[in-house]
Amino acid sequence: MSVLPYVSAAWICAVGLYGAITSRNLIHLALCLTVVQSSTYVLLLAIGYVNRGGAPIFKGVKLGTRAVDPVVQSLTLTDIVVSVTVVALILALALDAHKDAGSVDPDTLADVKG
Amino acid sequence: MSWLAPLLVVLPLLTAAVVAGGDHLMPSFVQRALGLGCGVAVTVLAALLMWRVEAHGIVYWFGGWGPRNGFAIGIDFNIEPLGAGMCVVIAAVVTVALAYSEGYVKGAGRPYHALMLLALGAMCGFALSGDIFNMFVWLELASTAGYALTGFSVRQLGPVQGAINFAIVNALAGYVFATGLALLYGRTGTLNLAQMGATLAGRPSGLVIVAMTLVFTALLTKGACVPFHFWAADAYAVAPAPVCAMFGAVMTDLGLIGVARLYWLVFQAPFAGDARTVGDLLLAIGLATALLGGVMALLQRHLRRMLAYSVICHIGIMLTGIALLGSKGLAGTAVMFVSHAGLVAALFLATGILMAKYGSIDELTLHGRARSERLLATVWFAAALGLVGVPYVGVYLGHALIDDGAAALGRHWVQPITWLAGVLAGAALLRAGARIFFGLGGTRAGLLGPNIDQQPFDRDVSHPLLLGCAALAAALGLSISLLPGIAQRAESAADSFQNRAAWTASILHGRPQPTRPQLPYAIAGSSRETIIYSAAAFVLVLAVAGVSLRGLRGRAQRLLEPAEALKALHSGVAGDYILWLTIGIATYGSIWAFTLR
Repeated sequence: MSVLPYVSAAWICAVGLYGAITSRNLIHLALCLTVVQSSTYVLLLAIGYVNRGGAPIFKGVKLGTRAVDPVVQSLTLTDIVVSVTVVALILALALDAHKDAGSVDPDTLADVKG
Repeated sequence: MSWLAPLLVVLPLLTAAVVAGGDHLMPSFVQRALGLGCGVAVTVLAALLMWRVEAHGIVYWFGGWGPRNGFAIGIDFNIEPLGAGMCVVIAAVVTVALAYSEGYVKGAGRPYHALMLLALGAMCGFALSGDIFNMFVWLELASTAGYALTGFSVRQLGPVQGAINFAIVNALAGYVFATGLALLYGRTGTLNLAQMGATLAGRPSGLVIVAMTLVFTALLTKGACVPFHFWAADAYAVAPAPVCAMFGAVMTDLGLIGVARLYWLVFQAPFAGDARTVGDLLLAIGLATALLGGVMALLQRHLRRMLAYSVICHIGIMLTGIALLGSKGLAGTAVMFVSHAGLVAALFLATGILMAKYGSIDELTLHGRARSERLLATVWFAAALGLVGVPYVGVYLGHALIDDGAAALGRHWVQPITWLAGVLAGAALLRAGARIFFGLGGTRAGLLGPNIDQQPFDRDVSHPLLLGCAALAAALGLSISLLPGIAQRAESAADSFQNRAAWTASILHGRPQPTRPQLPYAIAGSSRETIIYSAAAFVLVLAVAGVSLRGLRGRAQRLLEPAEALKALHSGVAGDYILWLTIGIATYGSIWAFTLR
């Protein structure tokens, strides 16, 4: 098991965070969030990976066949569902912001502060 | 009667689906009746469940998939009085909010009721869950309903900005939690909290410290603690009043019960020898949050934003109670949660009435305009004093128990800080009340800044109903400290909440929980220190409110420079908040990495 997937998960997370912090556009910001979220997919799949393991489908397979961990795969799926909901909502709000303020720049949207 | 437990989640989720799915089939009043009926039903069921687990807690396995040979293969609810009690409060607050909405958001779009019920089901699920991945899903579900409810009146910029900041910061916190739980799963091979604790027992490591940092900071973000609190003020300032009442009274506190459950079921085990090192950082975060919330509340003129900071202040005090890591402290947090929920809900609902009647919730705009509102003024001042904790009123008992917890640890300096923070937040509310209801003080803005009022969202308001809901919430919140037997019960419940050995035995091996003795119904006395602090707080809150009503003059004005800088940090820009989140995680993580061995 190589350390590469963990390094790339950390890298994806860092890149996404950098993008989100410096973002000047809500749509871009929403996409940066999905990038950060992708790092959790990579991490989860890396944790459940077994060297030379097959897909975790056990129908018609000899008992004791090596397979990757199915739990992390279902966690990843649930994770994707959650993230899609949130991103859809943020994009819808960005659309509303554009209608109201004519801009999707978070800086110009900062109406309430202090 | 353990079959009651899943109903707390199933009932609201099913009703939400029916209400949302049958949108074009049923008239609006059926939907509203279904929503309200479901809220009442869940409150009653949760109360029954709490009564059932008073003697000893129970474990409920979904689908009957219990543990096999000491290995958890199913998903469980750990039902004990603190979690079940939280469900009672959650359901009661949502019910009052829905009843209030009858007179407040009548013309609003219909997903409103479905979203409120979704949040109700998800919050109950989170309060009971004994599985870390389910905690994640419940938390995300409750938050998502929250984002949608915040941006409910999307014709204005304020709500859109508030909802976006709320969604972005909390979504990121969700991903941080997911990363933490992935690391824990990778190390322990289980998602069950008790099993995780059993596997990690006596095996602290760098990885566990990282995972603990990630899940705790994620929960503290949901719980609006320093420096992850920025989103809360933006969101609470703009959401409709009943939604704010739900957020401030119960949803923010979910993060705290999450921290408590994860600490006592999981992280207590690997860091058994270093409990104080874990607790002290949480204690520092709690006190900093409390003080910051209090100071920032004083610097607001927008009533809901002021209330949002008051919530942050009390969240900090409650986190302090948890961070003392004893049964007194946790019991104090639980009792304070109940009274704070009622009082803060009452105040948020009162702002809705002001907004409906006078079209503004700005302290200076409303100056002297609500002189005729005697009942509303009574609710406002009673609830504000209840939040300070004058002797035997409101959050007093919670403070008293937290004081005892701090004294038992020998940390007497914790007590004045928590009282002072409450005084600052309470003084802000009293000052606003004095301006609005009595027309005292001037209308000079000074440090309070410009007016950030949003357009009123309400139509067809029915005042007696709204006032009734606010008064009911305030009365419940005020009377908790005088409820006979509550202190003893909270303490014994906190004791069993913290008993990891007993919970591990009953979750993994099916052993029943030890039965608690029958407790007396008596009003708990409090220590001399608490009575002195409480009386001093009463005097001080009047003094601070008076001074802040007049405004500082002359050389004292130099005190305000740091306050101005503090205010400038709350920039309203999502990117800044994400930066704070990153800095916070890195700071807390490195503190634990250097101090825990």
